[in-house]
This record gives sequence, structure tokens and C-alpha cells, in this order.
Amino acid sequence: MTIVFYTASAVAIIATILMLTRANAVHALLDLIVSLLAVAVIFFVLGAPFVAALEVIIYAGAIMVLFVFVVMLLNLGEPATRAERALLRPSMWIVPSVFAAILLAEFIWLLVSGDVPPSAVAGIEAKETGMALFGQYLIGVELASMLLLGGLVAAYHLGWRKVPQTEATHVSHP
Amino acid sequence: MFPIREGFMISGALFTLGVIGVLARRNLLFVLMSIEVMLNAAGMAFVVAGARWRQPDGQVMFLFILAMAAAEVSVGLALVLELYHQFKTLDTDAISRMRG
Repeated sequence: MTIVFYTASAVAIIATILMLTRANAVHALLDLIVSLLAVAVIFFVLGAPFVAALEVIIYAGAIMVLFVFVVMLLNLGEPATRAERALLRPSMWIVPSVFAAILLAEFIWLLVSGDVPPSAVAGIEAKETGMALFGQYLIGVELASMLLLGGLVAAYHLGWRKVPQTEATHVSHP
Repeated sequence: MFPIREGFMISGALFTLGVIGVLARRNLLFVLMSIEVMLNAAGMAFVVAGARWRQPDGQVMFLFILAMAAAEVSVGLALVLELYHQFKTLDTDAISRMRG
């Protein structure tokens, strides 16, 4: 059990260091995703499977997809094309792939060994978390929803394209 | 045996790496990614503490940090797009002055 913990920790830290030292944003994103997956494995070992799933779905899924979309939208021209070509070389994706394979092997080993949740730790299940979340922390949930609404409105406003100058006289600015 | 000290050490190490990224990198995308690393490290400290004392509060705090990170990154990336359209660069030094 501890070997899984330490391996995942090493993968997390090394992947984060790799992320900080990349020149290309897409390479850094790959390393960041591996780092987040490693943290998810750490959560799983610590007996928090619900949070581990959320880490994979929301952090490594949704938020990283936002980053990928922005990198695509920026479309930095010829350097980006060259970087894309460089991305297809094995030397670029082999390191994140090896790290992801290590994490996958750990996960499979945990599942096969039947030690879920780990016997060393009494896990906190999703039910307990949900009861606390919608019990004593209900006001926090409401505040989080308002924060997300604010984020939505702000992103919509910032992404709003200005109307071309000829039509701008007829269209009232909101 | 519960690895609480190691958990906090790894959380601290990840947070330090995020701080280094914010201070050292000059690309706005990398700055945002480093902020994500720091938020994740802070949430990890909460989860480790919650697992240590067998309370669900740590995971609840992690959920709030998750929601906050999602809101922050959507606004931050919209700002990145807007800044790129205006200045054609992502260099933080080029846009360090308030009035462009």
C-alpha cells in the first residue's frame, strides 16, 4: 500500500517539474494532466475514492479540456504547426505515457488485490461527504453556485465579440 | 500506519512548485497552470487532514476548492483570449502596465 502511495507521489512531483520546464504549452498540459491523475491515485490510496473520481472527471477532464481549447483557439501560427509536428515524435509523448502507465498499473493492482478501500485507512465514503455537504455546509454550496454563475457571466462577457463599426450605430451596447 | 506527514510534505512540495512556476514563467498559460497546481496542492492538504481525522470536512473543502478552480480558470482563460486579441502576445511583461 505504501509503495503505491510513494510511487504516485513521485510521479506527481516529477510530472509537475516537467510541466514547469516545458517550452510548449501542449507538452506542459500533458504533464499537468499526469500530475493530476497521480494526485487522484494518492486520494484513492488515502481512502477518498469519491474525491479521486472528481479529481479525474473535473480537474483532469473538464478544466484541462478548457486549457486545450484555449491553446487551440490561440492558434499561434507556424510555430504552433512545427510544435504539432514535433508533438508526434515519440520522444515527446513517451514520458507522460510511461507515467500514465505506472498510474494505471497501480490502479489495476489496487483493484485486483481486493484491498479497496485500503485496509490501512478507513475510507470516507461519498455518502458521508454528501451528508456533510448538504447538511452543515449547505450555505457553502449556495455560495459556490453563485460563484460559478459569476464565472459563467464573466466568461460570457469577456468572450463577447464587439459588433462591427458599421452596425455598431444601430445596435445599442448592452 | 497512516502517511500523514508524507502527504503534507508532498502537498507542500507541489505548492512550492506552483509558486516557482508563477514566479519563473512569463507565459500567461503557464502562470494559470501553476495556479491550478497550487490550488490542487491546497486541496490535497485538506483531503489528507480529513482522512487523518476520519472526518468528511476535508473532502467537502476540496469540493469547494474544485468549484472555485473551475470558476477561476474559466474567467482566467477568457481574459487570456481577450489579452491575446488585444496585444498578440501572452508575455506577462508586455502587459504589466495598467493602461497598456
